[in-house]
Amino acid sequence: MTSLPHTRTPKKKLGLVIDLDTCVGCHACAVNCKEWNAGGFHAPLPDHDPYGGTPDGVWFNRVHSYELESKDLGCRTVNFPRSCLHCDNPACVTVCPTGASYKRADDGIVLINTDICIGCKLCSWACPYGAREFDEDAGVMKKCTLCIDRIYNEALPEEDRVPACVATCPSHARHFGDFNDPESQVSVLVSERGSMDLMEELGYRPVNKYLPPQRARIEINSFETTESTAEGACSPLLKLLDRLLSR
Amino acid sequence: MRPASSVLLLTTLTGFGYGLLAWMGVFDMLGWLPDTRSFGPVVILTALGFASAGLVASTMHLGRPERAWRAFSQWRSSWLAREGLAAAATNLPALGFAISWWISGPDIPLTVALGLCTGVMALLTIGCTAMIYASLKPIRQWHNAHTLPGYLIYGAFSGILLLTLILGFSHGAVRLAAGIGTVLGIIGLIAKRAYWSYIDSQTPMVTLASALGFSSGLVRPLDLPHFTENFILREMGFRIARRHQRKLRRLVILVAFAIPIACASLAALGVMPEILSAFAAMSAGMGLFIERWLFFAEATHVAAVYYGRAA
Ligand code: SF4
Ligand code: SF4
Ligand code: SF4
Repeated sequence: MTSLPHTRTPKKKLGLVIDLDTCVGCHACAVNCKEWNAGGFHAPLPDHDPYGGTPDGVWFNRVHSYELESKDLGCRTVNFPRSCLHCDNPACVTVCPTGASYKRADDGIVLINTDICIGCKLCSWACPYGAREFDEDAGVMKKCTLCIDRIYNEALPEEDRVPACVATCPSHARHFGDFNDPESQVSVLVSERGSMDLMEELGYRPVNKYLPPQRARIEINSFETTESTAEGACSPLLKLLDRLLSR
Repeated sequence: MRPASSVLLLTTLTGFGYGLLAWMGVFDMLGWLPDTRSFGPVVILTALGFASAGLVASTMHLGRPERAWRAFSQWRSSWLAREGLAAAATNLPALGFAISWWISGPDIPLTVALGLCTGVMALLTIGCTAMIYASLKPIRQWHNAHTLPGYLIYGAFSGILLLTLILGFSHGAVRLAAGIGTVLGIIGLIAKRAYWSYIDSQTPMVTLASALGFSSGLVRPLDLPHFTENFILREMGFRIARRHQRKLRRLVILVAFAIPIACASLAALGVMPEILSAFAAMSAGMGLFIERWLFFAEATHVAAVYYGRAA
């Protein structure tokens, strides 16, 4: 059914919290997502010309980097991993003519049944976040599954029952949990740090939340002073080396 | 948005087909059609042929055409499913219209009623097609009040030109039809220009900052996630060069509207109606195909802002 579940309060509302303050933009989550999902629920994922000049394939998670300049934060780099937000009001689901796209009533995960998808691509047009990618090989649409094949996988040790991207993040910028539970880590993080919906004006009510970059807690000097202090603080040995090497 | 030729063919051909069906219903009610036995059935089947050709073309766009039948199921929420159902359902009154005409002639109440029913279903189908586009919030050039009337007007316009052409060959009320074609062409031209000035003056719905959830600050793209094109950029990041856009808009005005209007108005005055109405229909066909191409090419998708492209 592509009509949305009527249960206004689903038992669980599973999703991710991504901390834009601590994400270092290493792409580990994207790589591990691809790695896991190439053998997971939506396997296989196309991977054309992977080592050539024009690699092309389906990824459920892509990491952008931006430069943010604001009064509070000064100028800084913000890395932004983009994947399906498992929206509460997902037009990607309601536009689907076949019932292949659906939102689960139990935990709010938005999924595609690739056995009945006709590959009309309409859902990818309806998603404002560019989260759905078409599998040209199989002729069907694919997307982030919130790693349903990990989070409910009883063959895995309990601590590994989290999405692949969360498990791999070296800076712990990604968190997984139930937003319906006010005590859960994700709920606590969101209430402590605050967050804004992406493209709030479109009204898709994304479940995944992004924590905003914070003001640096250590004093950062401007470039000039950092350079001069670095110069001044250099040991004589390093200065000598520098002179020798710059010849 | 990337203009996929199968989708362009779909909407242009179904516009002609369903537009023709709608006018057949109206003209039959008014008694403006030749009452030969074969006229009705032949024209109705021609119209259904146009519509089916469009629908078949659209299945080429699918990744899994063999599963197309599944697209009927979600009519409660999906305009694409509704379009499919409306298109299939139109066949019933249309075939009834043709059969009733063949057996008892165009003037009996049953034929007239079936004709009107066919017309209403045909317009509903065009309306569903329009709503597929109009309901997509991430695309501001589609999600607005111009899309639905636009599709209906261009459908009616192409339908009446096709009917004029047919009436020209069958010694029917060709001048009357050409007159209606002229008026609809002028309405279509006004609607198209209004649409263009509307989308040119629109402000983008989202900014890069709101796409990232920032309420303030200046954001610039620094590094892309990938340096080659992907599905999102190919499908949603399609951009048309401004100078091409200007040229194509002028071409649409000329080929889709100005030439057909000129030909149809001359035909309405009785100047070589057979030849000129054929010109009008062919020119409109090509012009409306370009119009559909532009409808896609000019449309931008908000997901492209993540890649630093305007939406
Ligand atoms: S992010 Fe896109 S694909 Fe995911 S639920 Fe929201 S609209 Fe659908
Ligand atoms: S591509 Fe598949 S999942 Fe998406 S709308 Fe079409 S049928 Fe539904
Ligand atoms: S939850 Fe799983 S599928 Fe979704 S982005 Fe993370 S690793 Fe990829």
